[in-house]
Amino acid sequence: MRLDDIDRRLLRLLQEDATLSTADLAEQAGLSAGPCWRRIEKMETAGVIKGRRIRLNHKALGLGVEVFLRITLDKTAGNAFDEFLREARKIPEVAGIQTLLGRVDVRMDVRARDLAHYQDIYKTRILALPHLLDIEALMLVSEVKNTERLPI
Amino acid sequence: MIDLDDTDRAILQALQRDGGLSAAAVGALVGLSQPAAWRRIKRLEKAGVILGRDIVLDREKLGFDVVVYLGVKLAAKGRVGLEDFERAVCAIPEVQVVQHVLGVYDYRLKVVARDLSDFERILRRRIMTLPGVGDVESNVLLSEG
Repeated sequence: MRLDDIDRRLLRLLQEDATLSTADLAEQAGLSAGPCWRRIEKMETAGVIKGRRIRLNHKALGLGVEVFLRITLDKTAGNAFDEFLREARKIPEVAGIQTLLGRVDVRMDVRARDLAHYQDIYKTRILALPHLLDIEALMLVSEVKNTERLPI
Repeated sequence: MIDLDDTDRAILQALQRDGGLSAAAVGALVGLSQPAAWRRIKRLEKAGVILGRDIVLDREKLGFDVVVYLGVKLAAKGRVGLEDFERAVCAIPEVQVVQHVLGVYDYRLKVVARDLSDFERILRRRIMTLPGVGDVESNVLLSEG
């Protein structure tokens, strides 16, 4: 689907405030409600707009510790990636897994209640993962910026 | 920290699967009327458990094919304030995430770019010129999930 300037303006407004009603959105974009609604629907059908997501405060949910693990795998085993990922996905405290091209192979986000809980997950679950060669941990001190906003 | 009961947790789970659900749809999933579900969602928002709702766009359909995670070490600690670095890095529109971390790096960044040459431009002109920036390591995202 080809987007024009008006589509991009609508997406920018929705990135600022995803809770805008079609009427408010139309007004801010200088459109009438009907065409505005049709444009949004077209972008949803084309999959440009995938949906809405809620942002949760993990600290308020009792998850006070977040650690990013940077993992190097032993690639001498041919299926190291697949086996590692299959096992890592089973750990409920692992909130995200990404495979990378660079100095490290995989990164994982681990959320835990506190440091003791994290230590336990690390010892019993993470270190038990197959084909691990090296792990580096970065502990989150503060989140300065976190947005999915695209510069469109 | 607010006390959450099983219904609150069910509401959060439903909304994590689909953040676009209306209060009526959430209510139908967890066995509440629309007004009761709405009140509970408002309470979770007021207590700061739900911070907000975002639109989810398809990054690749919008032409952003490259995601790079950067580890950044600051060079001259103490001489350039962390605030100067943070203010400047947050102002770069292609930088989606800035996290202050403890470990081999001082900051973790997530950067989106149209392609690798676009990323190179952002890295050279915007990131490497940040106040206090030292060693930078790039890892290109291959897959997620």
